[in-house]
Amino acid sequence: MTEFNVQTRTEGSVQILYVKGYLDAHTAPELEDAFNKLIDDKKYKVVVNLKDLNYISSAGLGVFMAYIETMRENGGDIKFSNLKKEVFNIFDLLGFPMLYEFYDDEKEAINKFNEQ
Amino acid sequence: MNTKIKQIHKKLKVKSTTDNLSRIRDFIHQTAMECKLPKEKIGDIILAVDEACTNVIKHAYKYSPEGEIDIDIKCKNNRFYVIITDKGEKFDITLIPEPDLEKYHKEKRVGGLGIFLMRKLMDEVKYSHLSGNRNRVTLIKYL
Repeated sequence: MTEFNVQTRTEGSVQILYVKGYLDAHTAPELEDAFNKLIDDKKYKVVVNLKDLNYISSAGLGVFMAYIETMRENGGDIKFSNLKKEVFNIFDLLGFPMLYEFYDDEKEAINKFNEQ
Repeated sequence: MNTKIKQIHKKLKVKSTTDNLSRIRDFIHQTAMECKLPKEKIGDIILAVDEACTNVIKHAYKYSPEGEIDIDIKCKNNRFYVIITDKGEKFDITLIPEPDLEKYHKEKRVGGLGIFLMRKLMDEVKYSHLSGNRNRVTLIKYL
């Protein structure tokens, strides 16, 4: 069994997703479900806190790419925080820092939304 | 020659389902540890093999759970080889062009990044079509 789960917390108008464990082609649909639920609820400002993410493959990265446009078109965004170095390296290899914001801490990412 | 690297040959056969990806990763991790590979190289190999097997499940077997994936690991002559063989549809990953990442994100393309990662993380990525309609991807990391 692949260890994985997604939990959501609300802070004002911002949703924080805590993605834990191993994100691969097997677990990526669970993350898609979490994003679909946010869209159903019209919640487009998302901070993805990856402090407990141990592993990500391109199937997981593809989920963020699939939803970023919907979030931005509706006045929101997907911002990342608290990545482990090894996990950030994979985002970096695939050019994510060109188009996504990364923060050391979840608070900074939430504040960024509140400043807008 | 690095004398610390242990020569090894191990095999794993799994069905083509995504729930086996964690088992495949554990197998790579364990074998690479036995070969005394450095930690960051092990991480690179695990992700490259995950991407290769995900491609087999998605493209060669089109998510049919009855396919078989054979994984052979050889550690010899300062090289770590992972040989992945399937009997699905022909899918030559070496023919897929490398994406321009900036353009890729701007055009909002989704998928196709696994092969890019495999090439970045490994020193060699080879494809061969074998008799009996088998596909073989060979991933090599220099030690």
